[in-house]
Amino acid sequence: MNTQEFIAWLQHPGLTHFLILSGLLFSLGLFAILTRRNAIMVLMGIELILNAANINFVAFSRYVTGTLDGHVVAIFVIILAACEAAIALAIVLNIYQNFNTVNVDEINELKN
Amino acid sequence: MDLYITIFYIFAFITLAGACAVVFSRNIVRSAFALLFAFFGVAGIYIFLLADFIAITQLLIYVGGILVLILFGVMLTSKQIRVDVKTGTVQVLPAIVLVAAFAGTMVGIFWSTDWHGIPVTAAAVDKTAPQIGELLLTQYLLPFEIASVILLVALIGAAMIARREKKS
Repeated sequence: MNTQEFIAWLQHPGLTHFLILSGLLFSLGLFAILTRRNAIMVLMGIELILNAANINFVAFSRYVTGTLDGHVVAIFVIILAACEAAIALAIVLNIYQNFNTVNVDEINELKN
Repeated sequence: MDLYITIFYIFAFITLAGACAVVFSRNIVRSAFALLFAFFGVAGIYIFLLADFIAITQLLIYVGGILVLILFGVMLTSKQIRVDVKTGTVQVLPAIVLVAAFAGTMVGIFWSTDWHGIPVTAAAVDKTAPQIGELLLTQYLLPFEIASVILLVALIGAAMIARREKKS
């Protein structure tokens, strides 16, 4: 593919554009999960990954199947993300009370 | 058509720049606020995919709910006395290698695959909300009800876990 074709490709946003965007978003979320020590930053990485998955669902719903099933799955993903954020933050607050830190590499005991 | 492309790239840029700021910022409060832009950009991307209801849901739940929750978490767990909002990183180099390999693989697959897509006209998916509502109450009724129970369980569980007193 030469430069002219690439520019022409850039000028027609289609399924591949959305998929590549979601792939990059997923990678950034994975990077946050792998490198950050703060538990809340890990949680933000998870939210980015869930958003990337949602973009994929909606993009395939728009460009491949033509039905709205992907939208419904995306709504369920959003519901579960809300639950997960609430529970995870409750656990993080509890950990903060017990350990006085939220760095995931310093929390290394389950009891006492 | 030209404006369409420009706005698409603006939203894609907002999303990726917000996500980059979330990931690479050393200050956790800045990360939380950058997450706002990432979520907002994703909502714009949904509008480009003709998913108006999902876009509104994204704004209401992610920006209005989850982000506020995360900010509460940041405020409640930052060490107030020492003003220690900086967060450290671990294993940066292996993570960069792994994530770069992963991103390359994903983008390569997305690039090289021929997705036999059918071009959908805008009129075919006009007004998604009534159709989504119909799907939720017919084909996806059981998952819908289970989701409501899960929300209730998560609400009670989060309140129980967060209110537990420290025994000392």
